Amino acid sequence: MLELRNVCKTFHAGTPDEKRALIDVSLQVADGDFISIIGANGAGKSTLFNAICGSFFVDSGSILLDGKNVTMTPEHQRARVIGRLFQDPMRGSAPDMSIEENLALAAGIGGWLSRVSASDRKAFRERLSLLGMGLEDRMRQPVGLLSGGQRQALTLLMATYQVPKILLLDEHTAALDPGTAEKVLALTRQIVSEHRITCLMITHNMQSALDLGNRTLMMDQGQIIYDVTGEERAGLTIGDLTEKFRQLSGKTLDNDRMLLRK
Amino acid sequence: MMSIDKWLALGQTAAELGLVNALTVLSLFLSYSMLNVCDLSTDGCFTLGAAVGALVAIAGFPWLSLPAAMLAGVVSGFVTATLQTRMGVQSLLAGIVVKTALYSVNMALTGNKATLSMNKVPTVFSMAKTALKDTPLAGQSTLIVMLVIVALAAWFLCAFLKTKLGLAIRATGSNADMVRSSSINPTFTTTVGLCVSNAFTALSGCLMAQQQKNFEINMGSGMVTVALASLLIGGVFVAKHRPVPLRALGAVLGAILFRIVYALALRFNMPAFMLKAVSSVIVVLAISGPYLRSQLPLILRRWKYSREGRDA
Repeated sequence: MLELRNVCKTFHAGTPDEKRALIDVSLQVADGDFISIIGANGAGKSTLFNAICGSFFVDSGSILLDGKNVTMTPEHQRARVIGRLFQDPMRGSAPDMSIEENLALAAGIGGWLSRVSASDRKAFRERLSLLGMGLEDRMRQPVGLLSGGQRQALTLLMATYQVPKILLLDEHTAALDPGTAEKVLALTRQIVSEHRITCLMITHNMQSALDLGNRTLMMDQGQIIYDVTGEERAGLTIGDLTEKFRQLSGKTLDNDRMLLRK
Repeated sequence: MMSIDKWLALGQTAAELGLVNALTVLSLFLSYSMLNVCDLSTDGCFTLGAAVGALVAIAGFPWLSLPAAMLAGVVSGFVTATLQTRMGVQSLLAGIVVKTALYSVNMALTGNKATLSMNKVPTVFSMAKTALKDTPLAGQSTLIVMLVIVALAAWFLCAFLKTKLGLAIRATGSNADMVRSSSINPTFTTTVGLCVSNAFTALSGCLMAQQQKNFEINMGSGMVTVALASLLIGGVFVAKHRPVPLRALGAVLGAILFRIVYALALRFNMPAFMLKAVSSVIVVLAISGPYLRSQLPLILRRWKYSREGRDA
């Protein structure tokens, strides 16, 4: 499905600010995998997503998506098969445009000169009602008026409207209040399992890293230091994970956001 | 006191000029309000449209002058867009560079002449006047031509902004990340947006020159500020969250209102050269007004604080 071969990325190379963000990262993701990714701030988790999406081109190595080499494919072309959600709920939708207009762009139906038809509108309504947030009755309202949780749910719908081959979730519930976060997470699980979307999820919540999905990656200083799946993963506790991190990186996993969520 | 007739004539002239300007205002509505690009090439492009339109009209094809001017505008917009999306030139600088270069282009087009007279050649307005001769509307021929053209332009713009391409252009100005994740290239949408908007600007210049029966190399100077002032006046009546067609209508009304107020100010002996200073002040007030209003409570508190001392 997705394969990274020896991917390297260095920012500000040759300056005092040089940062080796990804060091020789190789990863094979199977069809239907749901992988959670944990690691301290600056470990390279988001950079890994940026590399997969094509927000920048990697310095070396290659990225294969569905058997196709996309290493040099521009971001907007990769977006046809990759959906992505950010921590910031504002990043995924255009605030000055209505819900309907946002969905029309995300749905990607019709040619350049096509307009939103009545049947499109009906389809949008149906999909919006699945979110259970009453957005189907507010389709003409600007997205800027929605709450963070509503916007993130809308972004989720937009990112998966045309079912992507792979969905990247970058702490997409971290900026929401606990109740809303749970709701958005439940929606995510529902949509992902319904369409059997391959999914990578960055999280700081150790418990959901273990609860969700079938595989967990731990990153540190631009490398994947621990990759666990199957029975070994099933027996893991949060305590095991932090201990593992201490062993492998020689540091304690003392990010206060993680401590709070233990 | 002026007679009613004179007031009406004054209003009609103001409306005619306002409608000519309205095309530039619609252009900025697309580039500034929708695409979020402040296109400073507007001044040069306005003059370019005037030059091309004048040359084609003088060559004997008054109706052809309109599409010819628009085509020139498309080319100018394409260059501005290419500079800022594909060549790393900052958006504002790209506009200024193109505007500067267009001065030379315009001079080259007119054969190094700073003015071109269209007194003796048919223009779209003189042809409309001939066509409407002996009808009750003869005196309003210019107004009618402008109303038709502006209505067509506004209709086209609104229909265009409802298409997928138009939505993508609006989204580019609102959140370029979202455009990319919708598998659309923002470089493409910016380019199309600027091409269309500059076509309107050039058409505006073309009609201005024909209406004045004269092309003048500096006629576009300050146009971007004048049009922006009109756009912002329109924005006072139609708020940002209203539907696009209403906002476009607001932009057109803003252009007409601006011209009417300006004509009145001239009646009350404001010198004509004040136009640009007034436009600048309006733009500054419209943009900084909301900011200053939000700062006002803080300013008052600090003032009170400094007067009453620390204990207050």
